[in-house]
Amino acid sequence: MTQSIPITVTVNEKDYRREVEPRMLLSDFLRHELGLTGTHVGCEHGVCGACTILFDGESARSCLMFAVQADGHNITTVEGLAKDKDNLHPLQQSFWEAHGLQCGYCTPGILMSMIPFLKQHPDPTEEEIRHALSGNLCRCTGYQHIVDAVKLAAEKMK
Amino acid sequence: MKPAPFEYHAPDSIEQAVELYSQYNDEAKILAGGQSLVPAMNFRVVQPSVLVDLNRVSELSYIREDGDVLRIGSMARERHLEFDSLIPKWAPLLAEAVHFIAHPQIRNRGTIGGSIVNADPAAELPVLMVALNARLKAKNKSGERWISAPDFFVGMFTTALEPDEILVEIELPVSFPRTGWSFVEVAPRAGDYAMMGVAALVTVDEAGKCGNAKLVYLNAGEGPVEAKEAEQLLEGEALNDELMESVAVKASQEEINPFGNIHASPEFQRHLANVLTKKALKQALQRAGETS
Repeated sequence: MTQSIPITVTVNEKDYRREVEPRMLLSDFLRHELGLTGTHVGCEHGVCGACTILFDGESARSCLMFAVQADGHNITTVEGLAKDKDNLHPLQQSFWEAHGLQCGYCTPGILMSMIPFLKQHPDPTEEEIRHALSGNLCRCTGYQHIVDAVKLAAEKMK
Repeated sequence: MKPAPFEYHAPDSIEQAVELYSQYNDEAKILAGGQSLVPAMNFRVVQPSVLVDLNRVSELSYIREDGDVLRIGSMARERHLEFDSLIPKWAPLLAEAVHFIAHPQIRNRGTIGGSIVNADPAAELPVLMVALNARLKAKNKSGERWISAPDFFVGMFTTALEPDEILVEIELPVSFPRTGWSFVEVAPRAGDYAMMGVAALVTVDEAGKCGNAKLVYLNAGEGPVEAKEAEQLLEGEALNDELMESVAVKASQEEINPFGNIHASPEFQRHLANVLTKKALKQALQRAGETS
């Protein structure tokens, strides 16, 4: 028997109504049902951090939640950060300026992890930044430029 | 890498949850934070035919003082433990250890009850429950019962819960006069599963002699491993370097039973246990002096 459950989810301040099968992962819901492909899917078991989103304002792995659990909740994805490509969020602008990405696969997850981190740590030390990045894997950069980008973002966002 | 189909229920009260869970018995799994269950479902290592999701049972999410105990609802998030002011005040060992649990993104969802019931030998919370002598309240349709943490963990990923019982509350004793604490672990990277870790509690009297001591290890056997003989070596003795060495040797060579994994051989795990035991004891001893 396949259940189909109606849900209403607010994503990037827009309400969406859909019917979902319980086993649909939130990450797949965002990508396949809503077309918000900025949320990337890497490992699908909560290790790589590429699928990180904000769930009611707090960072979470969207591959470790079911879409049906998001009913009535508020989600922000990377698409919710900037108004358009000419008005990037200061965090995105900093990643651009400091070369905080190469292939870019891990970037959305890192951005969505750093948004709440910078809110809680407006003036972070390098050690705090590195610790905060430990839940997101990047296979290109060696992290140095990501750390630089987060430092730059903290300056810009003061 | 996608879960097998299942039937989904999201009750909004404990009564409803217990009722639903008892209907399905062995076929159903409880979904708490989902940070261990969902990966296992994505890999199809676990294929429950029914999920009972507790995330809408708001009455299971609390941390409160109650006389000489602290009561924590089983759906309190690990992030909640990290930021609630009652935890450092009444359970400093737990406050110290919670930062070692995975990453903030995981702690935002992961729950205390979920981690306890998952009973992963490499997880921090089961070890802390044994070290703190927690009592765990299980509920089913016919009523409630309390299980002490050492009796709760019966094996690898196995607990004393009956198939229809749900863990609803964790009770922690908070009165530990003249007691120092320490939690230390070594992981390949911050937030990874630790290769070895230990939770220590040591009571020290005015003359500097140790009273009650707890040494409980993670990733050291089939569940949280308490080094009871090593603890007894401490009782009634003043803690010096020589005693610390004997305690560390006893625990790491004779009492724990690490299996080894891709990151560490059993010999290396025993070496880590030896070093971490001494580090934890030193810190606990120092803190016992400060809290007297």
